[in-house]
Formats: sequence, structure tokens, C-alpha cells
Amino acid sequence: MDFTYTETQDMIRDTLARFLGDTYDFETRQKFINSDSGRDPAIWTALAQELGMLGAPFAEEHGGLGGGALENAIVMEELGKVIGIEPYLPTVVIAGGALKAVGGAQADAFIPEIIAGNAIIAFAYAEPQGRYDLANLRTTAKKDGAGYVLNGHKGVVYAAPWATHLLVTARTGGNQRDRDGVSLFLIDANLPGIVRRDYPTVDGNRASEIYFENVAIPADALLGGEGAGLPLIEQVVDEATVAVCAEATGVMQKLHEGTLEYTQQRKQFGVPIAKFQVLQHRMVDMFMEVEQARSMTIMGTLKLGLPANERMAAVSAAKAKVARGANFVGQNAIQTHGGIGITQELAIGHYFKRSTMIESQFGSADHHMDRYERIALAD
Amino acid sequence: MDMEFSPEDLAFQQEVRDFIAENYPAELRGKQDEGEELSKEDFLVWHKILHKKGWIAPAWPVEYGGTGWTPTQRFIWSEETARADCIRLMPFGLAMVGPVIYTFGTPEQKAHFLPRILSGEDWWCQGYSEPGSGSDLASLRTAAVPDGDDYIVNGQKTWTTLAQHADWGFFLVRTDKDAKQQEGISFLLIDMKSPGITVRPIITLGGEHEVNEVWLEDVRVPQSQRVYEENKGWTCAKFLLAHERTGIAGVAASKRGIEKVKAIARTELDGDKPLLANAFFKRKVADLEVDLAALEFTELRSLAGPNANRGPGPESSLLKIKGSEIQQRLTELTLEAVGHYGAPYFRGFGEGDNEHPIGPDYAHRAAPTYFNTRKTTIYGGSNEIQRNIIAKMVLGL
Ligand SMILES: Cc1cc2nc3c(=O)[nH]c(=O)nc-3n(C[C@H](O)[C@H](O)[C@H](O)COP(=O)(O)OP(=O)(O)OC[C@H]3O[C@@H](n4cnc5c(N)ncnc54)[C@H](O)[C@@H]3O)c2cc1C
Ligand SMILES: Cc1cc2nc3c(=O)[nH]c(=O)nc-3n(C[C@H](O)[C@H](O)[C@H](O)COP(=O)(O)OP(=O)(O)OC[C@H]3O[C@@H](n4cnc5c(N)ncnc54)[C@H](O)[C@@H]3O)c2cc1C
Repeated sequence: MDFTYTETQDMIRDTLARFLGDTYDFETRQKFINSDSGRDPAIWTALAQELGMLGAPFAEEHGGLGGGALENAIVMEELGKVIGIEPYLPTVVIAGGALKAVGGAQADAFIPEIIAGNAIIAFAYAEPQGRYDLANLRTTAKKDGAGYVLNGHKGVVYAAPWATHLLVTARTGGNQRDRDGVSLFLIDANLPGIVRRDYPTVDGNRASEIYFENVAIPADALLGGEGAGLPLIEQVVDEATVAVCAEATGVMQKLHEGTLEYTQQRKQFGVPIAKFQVLQHRMVDMFMEVEQARSMTIMGTLKLGLPANERMAAVSAAKAKVARGANFVGQNAIQTHGGIGITQELAIGHYFKRSTMIESQFGSADHHMDRYERIALAD
Repeated sequence: MDMEFSPEDLAFQQEVRDFIAENYPAELRGKQDEGEELSKEDFLVWHKILHKKGWIAPAWPVEYGGTGWTPTQRFIWSEETARADCIRLMPFGLAMVGPVIYTFGTPEQKAHFLPRILSGEDWWCQGYSEPGSGSDLASLRTAAVPDGDDYIVNGQKTWTTLAQHADWGFFLVRTDKDAKQQEGISFLLIDMKSPGITVRPIITLGGEHEVNEVWLEDVRVPQSQRVYEENKGWTCAKFLLAHERTGIAGVAASKRGIEKVKAIARTELDGDKPLLANAFFKRKVADLEVDLAALEFTELRSLAGPNANRGPGPESSLLKIKGSEIQQRLTELTLEAVGHYGAPYFRGFGEGDNEHPIGPDYAHRAAPTYFNTRKTTIYGGSNEIQRNIIAKMVLGL
């Protein structure tokens, strides 16, 4: 047993932290998230080309750094610390994860493009009626000659306005909630018939409603087996879920540190408010949540390779714990700041917004407790 | 002891329902439902209708324009207005400075200001908090120095709610630097159009312009606009804070809020069933209902119990704490209910496109409202301060 990071992992963290420290201070972030495009593309390019960071989880033969889920977690935690909006999660963790899993020509073609920073891939999986159920799909891909025709509506697709490609879940068979009949496609984002409505999200990202209106897609867009995509999708979403837990850990750490710092400066009744025991205990509770979030992220990450049921129970345990911790830490960071906490001016409120959205990303605490119970407590 | 409405109460209830049905402005309907931000005009339309009817200030003594309703009638009134989802009335004139003026003001102040509060002619704001004086309000430093018949006021206030609309503000200012903190404060009414006042917006987490900084630079204020004695302003301030805290319980509004959450959870799907059928979600709604009932009956005991005539005391802190926590849980549950559609930021939506909607309407403000409602445990004396008050004043610690 060994819970230390390798030298390469430490290097990834330090390099990224230094880069983000130089390029991603709060004011700069606010400037580009409020710009028309909502991002600064130079940062993505630098992450790829100067830092080689987009290759963190990929094999060396594809040009990557030879890492995996732990490396993704390191990157996500650092992005969390600056409330980064870079589309690392959908592009590298999710699409990259799916490509790694299927391998072959598709992986050979796409992974180098991801590593080079040329491809941004958004994950179009959620549907208005589906909540957090990955199989609850109305979007259909019907066989048509050699390819497919895609129809349906995907909601709140993060990073879609910037995407060169979309990773889409759709039904090639079965009924709306069947496990069978689900397929995964990687398609060009600008195919005829793709209608997008773009908007900002409350946590500073950009997202879209995507409507597929008779979109013709080629046969080689299919990742994995036709109609048998759900296990792959579940695995990739589990990888994404622990990556989001890692991001949450970074966000929560900053919420906690910001609160500690503020309460030592802010004086009321002639003393720094950090002197009030009720606030001290609260900050201790916040600290314990941050530590446990980190522990559960590592636990979930290390168990990603186990058989599906064990993996799912572990990931759900991690996400439920982190979601509740994020809720507690976020709310109490604001409360402990008093009025200043609810303004747009301070970074703390923006961390709170991101931590809030993380709570339900890939399933709320309830959703994951439910999945945990179904697996771990099954008689 | 009983909790039945008398036949007179039931008749009154019907009268209120009819009145609201006939008079509540159509253009306001639904605005509260969708959680839209309301304009100054929106608030004033309903205010003026109630003023015309004579129902604008049920809590005031009849001699100053109150309705003379019994506590039960006032309870019915707040239930019915919340049930019909009427927009809330701004508290700064009606619930705050009005009672201070009729309790502590001069005959001239009463004659001038009270009718204008009732009619809605003057919009008021509350100038208490300062950047360095939040929870420790008594440490405030904005200073008023006598100059002939006037004061010259200098300082900075902050978090001043809707000061951008205000005609008048009631301010706590220091008039004696050497006295013990609480004993050197006076209560001034200041015309917001006075030269030397600058109001600057503070934008809150949901993107709202709801609070402001108010800068006062050599602002000349006639001493006749001081309420009560010089250096006795703390008495007015404390009186008013207790009033502010009862209003904050918001039982009727939270009842309505629970109905809204249920309506959403009946529409949202969880698998092939409505979300409200999900056992976890349903239990949270039930928990809220139980806690709200506890709050309601605690409030009723204080309104209609043996101490009802004594006015709000330190136990109103309990109503503030529990009421604000319930309000926050409601917004949290709403955000949870809307799932993915909590994320889109409504201010960023382009022109409407009915063919390609961005989630259901009820989701559009779920997240901003959740963020914004973090304020309820901070303002009006934070919940930590309220607990300190209960510890000291009720438990005697
Ligand atoms: C089952 C059991 C086994 C034990 N075994 C041992 C043992 O083997 N050896 C041994 O030496 N002792 C033992 N203890 C004693 C134990 O260490 C004491 O009970 C403990 O230190 C608390 O002291 P107290 O009971 O006097 O409570 P107090 O110190 O009087 O505390 C009462 C309450 O006040 C709180 N409190 C006190 N100070 C503060 C503060 N500064 N801030 C906030 N809250 C405060 C406490 O948390 C507690 O809730 C045992 C106790 C128990 C219950
Ligand atoms: C949306 C909004 C609207 C407002 N509207 C108005 C208005 O119209 N007019 C007006 O005058 N003011 C208004 N306020 C100000 C409000 O009253 C203050 O925010 C509040 O009193 C808290 O002060 P603070 O923000 O300076 O926080 P601080 O006093 O700095 O408190 C920071 C944290 O420390 C805690 N704390 C402080 N002292 C203690 C203690 N002794 N023990 C334990 N914990 C403590 C607090 O509870 C809080 O969690 C508004 C505030 C908000 C957020």
C-alpha cells in the first residue's frame, strides 16, 4: 500500500499550479468568462502545447504522459482551485476515456488531436426528461444506409459552444429506459441539422441546448458496439464523476482557506471574528469535509478499475460524500463571510456557485446514495 | 385555547379572498411565481391599491392609519395574501421606520411622514450597516456634527437594500464620540436627494442589484429630522430590530413556497414517476412541512398567547432563525428538483425561442434564488448573533 504520489505526478501538479497561478487569477478569469466567447482559447492551447497537460492520462504511444485516472484527478483538483472553466472534463476525461476504452483506429485518430489541443469535445448525454439516468433516452440514431440519422434534444451540454466534436448518447434500439439499445457516437459538432442554443451557466461556464434534426452521421462515428454502449458510458461517467470529486476538493479547499483567511482579518466587537468559538468549530467542520472529500476522491479513483458493481458502489459513495461536503462547505463559507459573501465582487461567491453545481453534476447525493444502497446493501 | 376561526373570522377571510380576487393587478400575477425581479412600479401598484382600501398597514395603531384588526385577522390577512401569491410589500417604511416614528416621533414628524409612508409616496431605505460595523452595529462611525439647526453628516453605509429607489432613508449616526458606544448614537431621517449622498450598486450572487453602498459627504440634515432624543437612537434601533425579526419568519410565504416546490416535483420526472414520488425527495418535503408547522405554532403562540400585547421580544430571534433556515431549505429543494436545468443562467438567455426552450420556466431562477437566499441567515442580525441573543436574553447565560 502506498498513498504517495510519483515524481511525475508531483511534477504535473506543480507545473499546472504554477501555470494557473500566472494565468488564471480571479480578475482575469472574470474578464474572459464575461467576454463574448466566454473563454480565453490561448489557455487551452498553452495547456496542450506548452505544458503537455492534455496528454496527462494518455499512453506515450499516442503522445501522452502515460498516466490515468490519478493524473486526471490531479489536473481537475488544480482546475478546481482556480474555478477553471477549461473543458478538460468532457474532452480529456470523458471523450478521452471513451476513446482509450475502445482503442483502435478511432483512438489513434482522435487522441493525438485531443493532446494537441485541436479537439474540444462536449458530452451530450442529458435529456430534459432523464434526470441522472444515463439510459433514459429519447434521442434516436436510426440506421440509414451505411450511417445513422440522429434526432433528439440534449440539455445543458457544458462546453458545447466551444466544441469541435460532440460525444452523443442515443438509442439505436429498445425503449426509452431500456439498458439495451444505447449507443455512443463521436461526431463533428458542425454537421448539418445540429441546432444549438448557447448560454452562460450560473457557475461561469458556457453550455447549450442541442437539437438534432435529421443529422446524418457516418458509421465510423459509433464508439463500441451498436446498442451495447451503456456499460462503456457508465464506466466513462464514473471516471468523470470522480474527476468532478477531485475538482470539488480543489474548490472546497479554496472555500475553506478563503474563510480562514477572511475571519482572521475581519474584526467585529474588537476582535478578529475567528476568535468566536462557534465560527472556529464551523471551520473545523469545514476542514474535516475537505479532508474527507480528498480521501473519497482517492478511494473512488483507485477503485475505478474494479468490476462494475464494486466500481459503481465506490464512485457513488465518493460522490454522495463529496456532494454533501461541498454543500456544507459552500454554504458555511458564505455564512461566515457575512454580507460580503453574497456579492459578485469576492471570489468566494464564485467558488460557492461552482461547488453548488458540482453537488448535482452526474447525480445528486440522493441519486448516488440510492445507487450505493442498491449495490452495496443488496440482499 | 382553541385554533378555530369564529364565524366573524370566516366572513373576514371571505372578504379578503374576494378583495384580492377582484383587485390584485393582472399584470403582477405570476411575476412572483416565476421569481422575476420586481420593479419599483410593481411594488407600488399593489401598495397603492391597498392604501386606497385602507388595508396597507394592519399592524399600525388605528389612530395612525392601522386597520384595527385582531391578531387572528392579521394572521388571516398574511395567509391569504401569501396564498394568492401577492407580491410582498417593502418593509422599510411600513414595518420599520413607520412604527419608530409613531412610537418615538414628534407630532410634526408623525403628521408629515406617516401619511406619505401609507400612500407609498416615499420609498424608504435602512442606513444601519457600515463596512466596519455589521454584527457589531453599535461600533458605527458615520458621524453627525451639529451646525446651527442642522447636522453635518459624513460616513459610509453599506448593504442598503433598494436604496436606488429610495426617497428617504433612516440612518444611525454617531453624535457623541466619547460616550459608551450605544449611548452616542442618534436616529436621523435623511432625504436621499440631499446634496452629498452617493448611492453605488453592489451586485449580488444571482446577478441582482438589490443592495448598495451609500456615501454621505457633508450632508446637511435639519435637526428636526432626528427621531427621539440626541444620543438615544439606539433605543429606536433596538425597537426596530425586534420588529424586523418577526416579519422575517415568513410562515405564510414559506407555505406557499412548499406548494410551489410540490408543483415542480409533480412535473419533474424521476424515471417513469413524478419526482414527488421519490421517497428521498418526498421525505425532504415532509420534513420541511413539519418544521414549518413548528415555526407556525411558535409564532401563533407569541401572537395570540398571554404575552401577545408585550410586543416582540428576544424570542423573536427564534422565529428569525427557524424562518430563515426554512426559506433557505426551500430554495435548496427547488434547485434540487429542477436537476440539470438549474445550471443555465437566465440573464444570459438570448431572445425567446419557443421551439428550442432552455428548460422549464420554473427552473430559470432556481439557482440565482438559492444563491441570493443565503442572505436570510446573514441580514437582520445574523443567525449567529440571534443565537447569542437567545443565549444571553432568554437562557440568561
Ligand atoms: C466513558 C468514559 C471514559 C473515560 N475514561 C477516562 C480515562 O481512562 N482516563 C481519564 O483520565 N479520563 C477518562 N474520562 C474522563 C474524560 O476525559 C472527561 O470526561 C473529559 O475530559 C471531559 O471532562 P468532564 O467530564 O469533566 O466534562 P467537562 O470538562 O466539565 O465538560 C462538560 C462539557 O463542556 C464542554 N467543554 C468544556 N470545555 C470546553 C471549551 N473550552 N469549549 C467548549 N466546550 C467545552 C465539553 O465538551 C463537555 O461537553 C472518561 C470519560 C468517560 C465518559
Ligand atoms: C442582502 C442583504 C441586505 C441587507 N440590507 C440591509 C439594509 O437595508 N440596511 C442595513 O443597514 N443593513 C443591511 N444588511 C446588512 C446586514 O444587516 C449585515 O450583513 C449583518 O448585520 C452582518 O454583518 P456583516 O455582513 O458585516 O458580517 P460580520 O458582522 O462581519 O459577520 C461575519 C460572520 O461572523 C459572524 N459573527 C460576527 N460576530 C459574531 C459573534 N459575536 N459570535 C459569533 N459569530 C459572529 C456572523 O454571524 C457572520 O457569520 C443587509 C445584508 C444583506 C446580505
